[in-house]
Amino acid sequence: MRRLVLVATIFNAACGHSGEPRGAAPGSAHGVDAPVLPFGRPATADEIKAWDIAIAPDGTGLPPGSGTAAQGAVLYRQKCAMCHGPTGTEGPAEPLVGREPRQGFPFGKDPSLVRTVGNYWPYATTLYDYIHRAMPLNAPGSLSPDDVYRAVAFLLWRNEIITDTAVVNAQTLPRVVMPARDRFVVDNRRGGAEVR
Amino acid sequence: MTDVPISRRSLLAGAAGALGAGTLQQQLARLRNQSGTPAVPADPTKVPGAPTSVLGERSPFERPRRLPLGGNQGVSLTPLQDLYGIVTPADLHFERHHAGVPAIDPQRYKLLIHGMVERPMVFDLAALRRFPAVSALHFLECSGNGGASYRNIRPDLSPQQIDGLTSTSEWTGVPLATLFRAVGVKPGATWFLAEGEDAAVMARSIPIEKGWDDALIAYGQNGEPLRPEQGYPARLLLPGWEGNSNVKWLRRIEVADHPFMTREETSKYTDPLADGTARQFSFVMDAKSIITFPAYPVTLPGAGWWEISGIAWSGRGMIRRVEISTDGGREWAPAALQLPVLSRCHTRFRYLWNWDGKESLIMSRAVDETGYVQPTLSELRAVRGLGTFYHFNHIRSWRVRRDGSVVFGLEG
Repeated sequence: MRRLVLVATIFNAACGHSGEPRGAAPGSAHGVDAPVLPFGRPATADEIKAWDIAIAPDGTGLPPGSGTAAQGAVLYRQKCAMCHGPTGTEGPAEPLVGREPRQGFPFGKDPSLVRTVGNYWPYATTLYDYIHRAMPLNAPGSLSPDDVYRAVAFLLWRNEIITDTAVVNAQTLPRVVMPARDRFVVDNRRGGAEVR
Repeated sequence: MTDVPISRRSLLAGAAGALGAGTLQQQLARLRNQSGTPAVPADPTKVPGAPTSVLGERSPFERPRRLPLGGNQGVSLTPLQDLYGIVTPADLHFERHHAGVPAIDPQRYKLLIHGMVERPMVFDLAALRRFPAVSALHFLECSGNGGASYRNIRPDLSPQQIDGLTSTSEWTGVPLATLFRAVGVKPGATWFLAEGEDAAVMARSIPIEKGWDDALIAYGQNGEPLRPEQGYPARLLLPGWEGNSNVKWLRRIEVADHPFMTREETSKYTDPLADGTARQFSFVMDAKSIITFPAYPVTLPGAGWWEISGIAWSGRGMIRRVEISTDGGREWAPAALQLPVLSRCHTRFRYLWNWDGKESLIMSRAVDETGYVQPTLSELRAVRGLGTFYHFNHIRSWRVRRDGSVVFGLEG
């Protein structure tokens, strides 16, 4: 996570955290001296648990359960292929499978390249997070944890990132290193004269 | 502008009313001539006018329309060429959804803030509205705006088709900093996740500094509650930052010490660059401008004085100046900036042009308060690459042909 820390550090430096909103004046309703107003109520543990769905790159948030690519193939045929195509490349929804180009990362140069899970997604945990949130499009949030792990395993296998017998679960998924893992850089635009 | 359908609603209202002249719309509908053009009396001063009404409507002669593309995962573009000034009427504000517009009951709405906080809390709409509020005018722009002018460029593109994914509203809400103080954000927190209540449960990681700085939990838009397409009943508003990070239908904020690497900040909304990397968390919208008149599909009826007009904006602050060229970028002259010039807000510019009737390539160039100059297309392609996505803020140009027709310029 060293790179993530770097990202945060740069933002801290760039934004000059003051702890109060821009333009707040002493005595205003929004300054640091304004009273903390007693509106809202404490959240219950159940409320938090019901909505606390985000998965971090280190695997925090991943639920119990597991799946393999073989199991995922069945699920994919039933619930994914109608939009993403029989092998994940045909569409009509965006292609999910493909490792080309294997050399370099020339997406900026070449508008004909198709960005897929295999050649562009930097974190495997994002697959779980996104499929659980939003897929399938006609029944979002309907997949069980086992089903999501199966779909993730299938897509990682189809993209030649794991074997067809690998078990994907809360322990193994964060350890998957995606091909595009180190291709992403911090935004270096800062305004001023230079176009970046 | 010619075909104004009679709505079922106005027909029913007319039947129920049954007396008096009815609404202006009903009067005009009755006066409609055979061709469907709204008809008016020969002399409006000789006919009693329509009564007052509970809800105003546009003149039937005016039919500005968004341009919807892509269904419930798509966009709907603001008709920039039909608008004056800087404010976008709420019903013409652009749309971009990842899984459609959710129907949310304001009575059941709640915003959960938890994670690295001293007191995880829930705020219903009444609680959000009870906090001291602020209002501010800001543009909101999808980071994909302008893509149609970057590659595979066609001459038959209107301002709406090129840049219709930007709109300006007056937003009202509670500063997120106020809520951060209420929940007690813990030391060491560096990011927060903002998550929507749509069918994609769309989520973005935001640096915590932006939350302390100027982020709003907005529930008001141009004086009324948010429109559903803009996040009713409450959304995140991050002045100057790409539209996607301004999460609509906001239901949850999780404070953390890391970004979550959601799909929308990895697979999407990252910028592949010419050097073989991809820029991530590129939130700020760089300075940009577009001439909205004259522009395709307008045809100027003849040479002479014409006011070139358009909008400029920057996610880094105020627009310092806008320059106009009418000769393809060889010479530039300053445009007048309409007051108010506000930070991270559309700014209207005007330039009086005496067209000599010869083919002319007209363009605008914005400069913001940081000194950043809107780049040419070739300058931007050189640093980003032809294949990049998002943040297309290069100079747009329009070719005014000798017959007065105007098409999108392929140079610039």
